[in-house]
Amino acid sequence: MRRRQKVFGALEVLKGISLSVRKGEVICIIGPSGSGKSTLIRCINALQPISSGSIQIEGIEVSDPRLDKLALRRKVGMVFQQYNLFPHKTALQNVMMAPIHVLGQKRPEVEARARALLAKVRLAGKEDTYPGELSGGQQQRVAIARSLAMRPDIMLFDEVTAALDPETVKEVLVTIRELAEDGMTCLLVTHEMNFAREVADHVYFTDRGVIVEHGPPETLFTAATDERTQRFLSQVL
Amino acid sequence: MKTTGSGNRLAVLVPYRPAPARMPVRIGPLSAAILCFCAVMAASTAWAEAGPTMLSPLQIIVKWSPLLLRGFVFNIAISLLAMLLGTVAGLGLGLALLSESRLLAAVSWLVTQFFRNAPWLVLLFFVMFLVPFQVTLFKTTIPLPDWIKATVGFALPVMANVAEVVRGAVRSIPATQWEAAESLSFTRRQTMWLIMLPQCIKRMLPPWMNIYALVAMSTVLASIVGVSEMLTLTAQVHAAEGGRPELFAPLYGFALLCFFLYCYPINLWTARLERRFRVR
Repeated sequence: MRRRQKVFGALEVLKGISLSVRKGEVICIIGPSGSGKSTLIRCINALQPISSGSIQIEGIEVSDPRLDKLALRRKVGMVFQQYNLFPHKTALQNVMMAPIHVLGQKRPEVEARARALLAKVRLAGKEDTYPGELSGGQQQRVAIARSLAMRPDIMLFDEVTAALDPETVKEVLVTIRELAEDGMTCLLVTHEMNFAREVADHVYFTDRGVIVEHGPPETLFTAATDERTQRFLSQVL
Repeated sequence: MKTTGSGNRLAVLVPYRPAPARMPVRIGPLSAAILCFCAVMAASTAWAEAGPTMLSPLQIIVKWSPLLLRGFVFNIAISLLAMLLGTVAGLGLGLALLSESRLLAAVSWLVTQFFRNAPWLVLLFFVMFLVPFQVTLFKTTIPLPDWIKATVGFALPVMANVAEVVRGAVRSIPATQWEAAESLSFTRRQTMWLIMLPQCIKRMLPPWMNIYALVAMSTVLASIVGVSEMLTLTAQVHAAEGGRPELFAPLYGFALLCFFLYCYPINLWTARLERRFRVR
């Protein structure tokens, strides 16, 4: 089942990109800084507009000027590099807010789900803690739980471990891996090459706004054909 | 939308942000009160020996203090009501400043700048003389006494200043908070009321209290348009006591003391809140 296709997402940053993701697939996007990885992922949930081309998510056309952004974003969850939790709300409230106010779901049901989600990301016991009192890795896991509470079909991860201390990176990656194993469709922009190699079904390498090369991780990481990919991989691996 | 340049602002209307570090001397409220009281006393003692038949200035202040203090309470009431009206209107205006509609944002920017850069006294005159003394709504005649009109006159600059405070506070929240809210499908309105404004309250409180202190002190302007608040009453008391020039300083000193005792603690508290919020 073809879930999503992006043809020619042409910004200044992105020049002609085409990729498609099937349900349940885990896609990693790697590449040097400034190559348009984050822009690509932000276009998918319409945080940045695209000037031409088309992005389709389960029949929703993102480039449509009459796009129902709210409907789109209910399907697409996003986790940011800087977590972006709401600092005036506790971890539990952060997770509960959107389902209650956006989806209009009942509080007891949402609370039960939110507690289960926090337990799933191994933060049981931190429900009443404010983001400022949590470590970076813990905050990022609350952010993942917050996004999951909306029951999205696709999760976007925008360099979610880039701002973390090395020792907390792992706990976040473990959470994402479990999510991928549960069958969630995931798009990750990441610098964690080993992680990409491990969990991705398909890896895309971008440079200067274009997809240089893509393929299954084993092929891309061991037998890259393009010279730019080879150079990048030799630098980071 | 244009950002407001600092060049065209009247310094007195810009929310005053005290920099505690630069304050060399800190007077405690109690010692300040004692200081002022001494000043009044010093002026009075000179006249204590004036003559056996005449009341000393202190006795006159004591004699008239129930009336004068009633006037002062009236000042406070006007300032509180003006602050309430101005805050509600200013919140609306501030949200309009942040509106996505360019027209609404432009219009509210004009309104804000107009009322921020107008002398309070001129605004007061306008409201006093442009608003009728009564309005008839659905066959009910509602009288509009002078003090109500004066309150509205003070509420206008409060509105514009509160609007700027709201706009500045919301703008100071990182854009990533908007993105996070957007990606969770919150509407703009929900984002504003559930996520932005609650985070802003802390930041808005100190400048808001500064505005209040300014309003409280400005209420005496109402005496010019004939509202019988404290300053008006002080002048009347002075006249009733024969307009003796030596009573001038003690009587008006008493008014100064009342306002000082009311506003100084507010400013102290504001400075304290600012220090506390800066650390976090």
